Order: sequence, then C-alpha cells, then structure tokens
Amino acid sequence: MLGKHLLSAADLTRDQALLILDTTSELAAVTDRSVKKLPTLRGRTVVNLFFEDSTRTRLSFELAAKRLSADVITFSAKGSSVSKGESLKDTALTLEAMGADAVIIRHGASGAPERLATAGWIDGAVLNAGDGTHEHPTQALLDAYTLRRHTRDGQGDLSGVRVVIVGDVLHSRVARSNVLLLQTLGADVTLVAPPTLLPVGVENWPCKVSYHLDDVLPDADAVMMLRVQAERMAGAYFPSTLEYSRMYGLDARRMALMSPDAIVMHPGPMNRGLEISADVADADRAVVVEQVANGVNVRMACLYLLLGGASSEGDGSQ
Amino acid sequence: MPAREVLDASDMRRAIRRMAHEIIEKSRGVDDLVLLGIPTRGVWLAQRIAHDITEIEGHAVPSGALDVTLYRDDLRLRQVRALEPTNIPTGGIDGRTVVLVDDVLYSGRTIRSALDALNDIGRPAAVRLAVMVDRGHRELPIRPDFVGKNLPTATDEAVRVRFVESDGDDAVLIESDAEHAR
Repeated sequence: MLGKHLLSAADLTRDQALLILDTTSELAAVTDRSVKKLPTLRGRTVVNLFFEDSTRTRLSFELAAKRLSADVITFSAKGSSVSKGESLKDTALTLEAMGADAVIIRHGASGAPERLATAGWIDGAVLNAGDGTHEHPTQALLDAYTLRRHTRDGQGDLSGVRVVIVGDVLHSRVARSNVLLLQTLGADVTLVAPPTLLPVGVENWPCKVSYHLDDVLPDADAVMMLRVQAERMAGAYFPSTLEYSRMYGLDARRMALMSPDAIVMHPGPMNRGLEISADVADADRAVVVEQVANGVNVRMACLYLLLGGASSEGDGSQ
Repeated sequence: MPAREVLDASDMRRAIRRMAHEIIEKSRGVDDLVLLGIPTRGVWLAQRIAHDITEIEGHAVPSGALDVTLYRDDLRLRQVRALEPTNIPTGGIDGRTVVLVDDVLYSGRTIRSALDALNDIGRPAAVRLAVMVDRGHRELPIRPDFVGKNLPTATDEAVRVRFVESDGDDAVLIESDAEHAR
C-alpha cells in the first residue's frame, strides 16, 4: 500500500504506482454511472490549501473528495502578506485544530508540502498538488493513466512506451514528476527543450535529452507539450515567442511527422499559438480534455488509498 | 493449522446444481435474472450457477461482479484494501431480479454493503441472496434465499471455500485456528 503522504513521484514504487492506476480504473466506472457518489470517506475532512492560482487541480481535488463523501474546505491563501514559513505553520496549526484528515497543498515554494508533512504541525495526510518548480505527482499519475489507456489498453505498466516531453522543463514540476514516474513504470522518456529551459544536472535524470523536436517526433507514442510559464520567467530564456513557437511549438506540420496512433498531451492551461497551435489542440489525437477527466479519478484513487483505511499506525490485522 | 473438509468437489457441484434449480423455481423463469458475485469467490460461484441455469433452461443468464469495498462499514478498522473489479452485465439491473452471490455468509455486513452498492447502480425489482456456505453468527437482520450448505461453526473457526479458478481445486474447509477466523 502507499505511505502516509503523497509528496513526490519519486517516492512511489512500481507496485504502488500500479496500485493507484488500477484503483483509478475501478473508480472510473463509478464516474460513468448516474449516481457518482460513494460513501467511502464519510466523516473525513479534506482541506484544499492553495497558496497559488489553480483551476483544474483545485476543482479536480475538490470533486474527487466530494465524490467520496468527504467534507471539503478550500482555503485560497493568495495575496497573504505573511512571510511564507510563518504563514504555513500558523495555517497548519489552524487546520490541525479543525481536525483535518488530509491537507492538499499547492505552494509556490518547492518543498512546502514536505515541510508540512514532516514538521509535526499536523497529523493528517499531506498531498502535494504542486510545489514551486519541484513536483506535481498527481498530474504525473493522471498522465501515466492516460498513457496506459492509449498505449497499453489500460493494463500493466508502461514498459517500452516512448514519451516525448517538450518545452519549459526548467520551470515544470509536471515534467519532473512525469520523468520520475514514467521511468518507474518503464517508459522511455525524451525531453526536448532549448538549452536555456533545461535544468542544471538534467544529464543525471533518467531520460534522454534532445534540442531538436523534428528528430524525435516520428518515434514517439505520445508527445506531452508543457506550458511556457511566463509567470516564473524573470529573465529572457528565448529570443521571442515566435522563435520559440517555430522551434518547439507543436503545429500541424509537426503533428504530421508523428505516427498515426500517437497522442498529444498537455497538462493545461494551454497557450494556444505558443507551445501548441489551435488546430493541434483541437485534433482528435489531442487528449487534453480526457486528461482532466482522468485527473478526477486519479485523485479519488489517491484519496481513497491514503484515507480509506485505518491510520497507518493502527492495526492492520485481518 | 488443522483443516477439515466439509464438502468435496462433487458435493459442491451437486449443491450448486441444486441452487440453480431453486433459483429457477423461485424466480418463475429466468428472463429478468441477473447474478452478481461479490469478489473474489462469489464471482466464481455466480459464474457456476449461471452456467448451470443456462444448461437447465437453455437460456443464457447474465452474471457479473459487484465489488463492495467502497461501501464497507469496517474500512477504518483495517488497512486500506485494493479494489476488485465491478462488472455489471449490459442491460443493467433496473427492474430485474438480482441474485447476490457470495461464498460465505457470516456477519451479514458484506451483504449490507452490497445492498448499498446496488442502490447506487440502479433499482432492481427484487434482490435475493445465494451463498455457498451459511456459517451463522449474523450481526444484522439478513438471511439467505439459497444456501449450498448450512454449517454451524464457532467464531474461532474459519470457513474456506476453494474454487478451481483461484485455488486450484473445489472444496469447503473448516479451519480451527483463531488467527484465521474472519
């Protein structure tokens, strides 16, 4: 089973990742029926603690928790002027006093979820919903689930599946979590980005790196486009958006280089015309909307597996 | 761990055959029948019963699986469990007679969970219960309609129903080992 928290895709073993994906498959059936509610987490309190803007992740976690009958509180701390360390601690103590069984945290500072989980401020489970440029494990899980549906018929791991991740790897917690999780599941990952948008030490990541998108597209089973994160870019990382788009954007010409069965993924929100052209975003092989739907089911699976049983120190005897 | 065999493969085959006959008789026809087994071993039993009904009546009866894990009342007392597949036959359960099928009926709590799960899937005309073994010790007002074997037991005993599909052979065993009691 899983550990107490979900902080990093790197913490998941192959078996744990497969357990989450298999649980997601079973929960997906619930999402297809007319009564979508399950009584499983009745009486549990889940707090959405969002220090950064988010639409789909916050809504997705909220819906997932509600479908499992948990009580959900959403706390948007945007605009708080309190310094980060103090603010996080005080907020955590407040949530603990209110009896939160799980805290889903998004924070601009890398490592904030880890701090929340290990500082002893709260007893509940902590789920990382994106921290700085570090990790976003549930996004990687929903991407792995989507990939497994399209390339492996929804069964087993992703061994041999060739995934190309394109764009702003430097600022992307999605890319980092995906590289770690997809590698655990046996996929073959290639990062494509301009040298300025690759992190220091990327040569030690468990993946290949290329600067030329056209060269790697024909062999890909899936192409994952990353959002150009203007809000995290203080300096100049590329000469112009037009040049970026020409070198690393996915347009109809490039899509034609892909194998006919290969899919196009994007974690959203999309910058149409920048990293992905509108006709590609709306193409049949673009599974962006399906990724969102799968996200709810993946988060239900994570909440169930973290909160659905006795607390980890409790007895597990059958 | 001392284990005593209560039914062997041919006893089980005869009991399943008899239950199939009883289900047909009580349902007055099998047109609207749906068998739903509770994983894991209830699913095998449901398939066996469906197979026998089909043989007797010459009319295929749908059988599926209903996982009740997410509806259990003891989730917080145990480590989290992996989910098993739920497979509702095409045509659904609305207006049909659903026969829930499980291997062992004990406290009745699994069946209560199953009734809640059914409620979220549709509205059957009637729900019946078929079990391979009724071992007594009910904690809820639930009784089976079709029973393979009534087996009085002590609470420190465990009843094991084995199926070829998952266990390599067909048999019903009683194990008198408190650690394995369920």
